[in-house]
Amino acid sequence: MTRLRTGDELPEQRFAVTRADLVRYAGASGDRNPIHWSDRIATSVGLPGVVAHGMFTMALAARALDVWAGSPGRVREIGCKFTKPVVVPDDERGAEVVVNGRVAEVDDGQARITLEVTCAGEKVLGAAKAVLEIA
Amino acid sequence: MAVDASLAGRTFPPTAPYLVTEERVAEFAAATGSAYDGGAAPATFPIVVAFAAMTALMDHPDVGIELHRVVHGEQRFRYRRPVVAGDVLRATLTVDTLRQVGGADIIGTRSEITDAGGQEVCTAYATLVHRGAAA
Repeated sequence: MTRLRTGDELPEQRFAVTRADLVRYAGASGDRNPIHWSDRIATSVGLPGVVAHGMFTMALAARALDVWAGSPGRVREIGCKFTKPVVVPDDERGAEVVVNGRVAEVDDGQARITLEVTCAGEKVLGAAKAVLEIA
Repeated sequence: MAVDASLAGRTFPPTAPYLVTEERVAEFAAATGSAYDGGAAPATFPIVVAFAAMTALMDHPDVGIELHRVVHGEQRFRYRRPVVAGDVLRATLTVDTLRQVGGADIIGTRSEITDAGGQEVCTAYATLVHRGAAA
């Protein structure tokens, strides 16, 4: 496993998000809110179109953390604000979520990570942070 | 109409026990593209249990929440130990904070997620934004 040190910039992770992913996540998570699969309903509440579940985007951040930590099961804390929705077009490419991270502090076998999560150059998660067990 | 002020500080009954199965975790992992080797569930998996507690809060007749006006503002998980298949989890939700900002109710919730033995597994903090009627 890569040793994490304070100040380390972690390798960027990029994730494609398609409509099919949102349908699958709706089933897997139990969140069947129609703004995540119906353009008609999403636009009726003022959204540009179908948007990803905030929790789905957060799951992508958690996935990046597992990669940086070297294995799953090392996330002790993870949190974020849902700043901007990730709009997912109904095509083969979908949207792309980009996750970057920086090691803010290493202390007592734990690394505090600050995350930057964007889509089309805009921040989608705010104040995104995590604590990884690295001992 | 704003959410009932007496909601602040209120603790709701625990959710029905939720058996974590390997199949469900594997499906959640597949839906989010997360690694899963039969060990620790992905870090955002407990949303499946916390969501049940939040839905119970939002559906409660005394509380005055209109579901179509609710937006997930913020989410955080803090772990005592990873969730694994075989865990039987219950979430006990408390409304920690309730404030009004610009006609919206900002509801700060904390769900203590415990296992069959009553031991703490993780705490899920969720902020729900209930938009005002005029919005």
